[in-house]
Amino acid sequence: MSIILDHVSHIYNPGTTFEKRALDDISLVIPDGEFIGLIGHTGSGKSTLIQHLNGLLKPSSGNIFFNGQSIFDNDFKMKDLRREVGLVFQYPEYQLFEVSVIKDVLFGPNNLGMKTLDAEVAAYAALKSVGIDESLLDVSPLDLSGGQKRRVAIAGVLAMKPKVLVLDEPAAGLDPLGRREILDTIANIRKEQNITVILVSHSMEDVAQYVERIIVMNKGKIAMDDTPQEVYSHDEELQAMGLDIPEITRLFLRLKKEGYRLPTDVFTVDQAYEAMMK
Amino acid sequence: MLRDITIGQYYPSGSIIHRLDPRVKFAGTFVYIVSLFVFKTFWGFLPAAVWLITLVIMARIPVKYLLKGLRPMLFLLLFMAAMNLLMTPGEVIGQWWIIKVTKEGIRSAAFMSLRLALLIMGSSLMTYTTTPTALTAAMEHIFRPLKIIRVPVHELAMMMSIALRFIPILLEETDRIMKAQQARGADFESGGLIKRAKAMLPILVPLFVSAFRRAGDLAQAMEARCYHGGKGRTKLHPLKYKLRDIIAYIIMIGYLVGCIFIP
Repeated sequence: MSIILDHVSHIYNPGTTFEKRALDDISLVIPDGEFIGLIGHTGSGKSTLIQHLNGLLKPSSGNIFFNGQSIFDNDFKMKDLRREVGLVFQYPEYQLFEVSVIKDVLFGPNNLGMKTLDAEVAAYAALKSVGIDESLLDVSPLDLSGGQKRRVAIAGVLAMKPKVLVLDEPAAGLDPLGRREILDTIANIRKEQNITVILVSHSMEDVAQYVERIIVMNKGKIAMDDTPQEVYSHDEELQAMGLDIPEITRLFLRLKKEGYRLPTDVFTVDQAYEAMMK
Repeated sequence: MLRDITIGQYYPSGSIIHRLDPRVKFAGTFVYIVSLFVFKTFWGFLPAAVWLITLVIMARIPVKYLLKGLRPMLFLLLFMAAMNLLMTPGEVIGQWWIIKVTKEGIRSAAFMSLRLALLIMGSSLMTYTTTPTALTAAMEHIFRPLKIIRVPVHELAMMMSIALRFIPILLEETDRIMKAQQARGADFESGGLIKRAKAMLPILVPLFVSAFRRAGDLAQAMEARCYHGGKGRTKLHPLKYKLRDIIAYIIMIGYLVGCIFIP
């Protein structure tokens, strides 16, 4: 259950003045069960990259292997890939269309041809895991609040029981509490279901405390691919790419430079408190 | 896919055609359309085709791009060709059941579809080389006399420019919604007509919701900037004719006169 990208490039509108090389020779291995943060400035190619992971976009050159099989093979079934890799787009609430919450969440499972009972069980479980109350099941999704809509949309993908869950800026446009809640929810889902999660964001602060690997993209290329601690030690390079490391991590890096004996894998205030109390 | 719809879109290349006054291009398009209707023989197409090809080369628009603009109109083209082919009376050269094909029918089908194709390409050349804002300014200027009979010229021009501006936005939105639903296993490509029509629902509902939301946002943003219609509104870049515009007008008149008198 792994995804391998082999020298993948993607060019939009080739041959016109709008031509844009969005991905430039990307090679990447995404093994089972990892929690990955995909970070990059606006226009760095992150959204293009993740659309390759479930075959919505095909690379202009290079190859993608899913469980060892090339997605260009004649007998490769795109539907299987879409089932295994669940992609939650940015502002997913704009994809809701059904008359009720439960029907909207059932859309995915039904498309996959799940049996009615299985589909319903999956839908209820998905809604529960994102914290949507049962009293909302028959409400029109368009009548929900912004945060609730987003949860329902995420549940719509979760109900398909993907092995790999990719979320594009799941916390965008939410207030600080909403951000924390949605990210905590995602972290919980990963822990419970033991799936691979790729969290796309332009903010280090959001992903720092959750992920175990950070891929930094810049101008269509992979600039860094390492543990958060390693990535954050390249503070100045990140700033040149228009990215920021968490304030608290920056403080600790600076204190260490001044000669204090402190760890540098500190991403939250709570961790900082513990580290200083030792 | 959807990104292939190029009709009404601007294609920046910075050519001399792009830099012409939009009123010149508007008038030029009008002249070109008139020129397509003044002749009755196939030879009449020659000057129009030469004219169009010259302009396309000067505007540095890729031919591929121009032909793409025809694609959404293909149905209309074929429909018109078929109607002409089957409905024109004359010398019968083939007959099946109640379907008759006449010599005149073939001629008029070819004639009409060629004319329509040239017309579509010619008018898309205008939108390829003129930004929506410039186009609106030109329209507003040209139709200004209609204000006397209380036609809301400015408002109509503003509506048109907003509509044009929204085409790429809504196309992008459609593309995104389609992808989001495809990620949820939706299938738009297989099945019969009814199944396919039903498959459009998950795209259309979110698209309408977002179109209304965007329209509301835009109206609010315009109001916040105290927009209240055309009265007393001045322009940041008032339209001014330059030498090249006058030359273009002269060439245009020459072309029209030539089209009318040479055949």
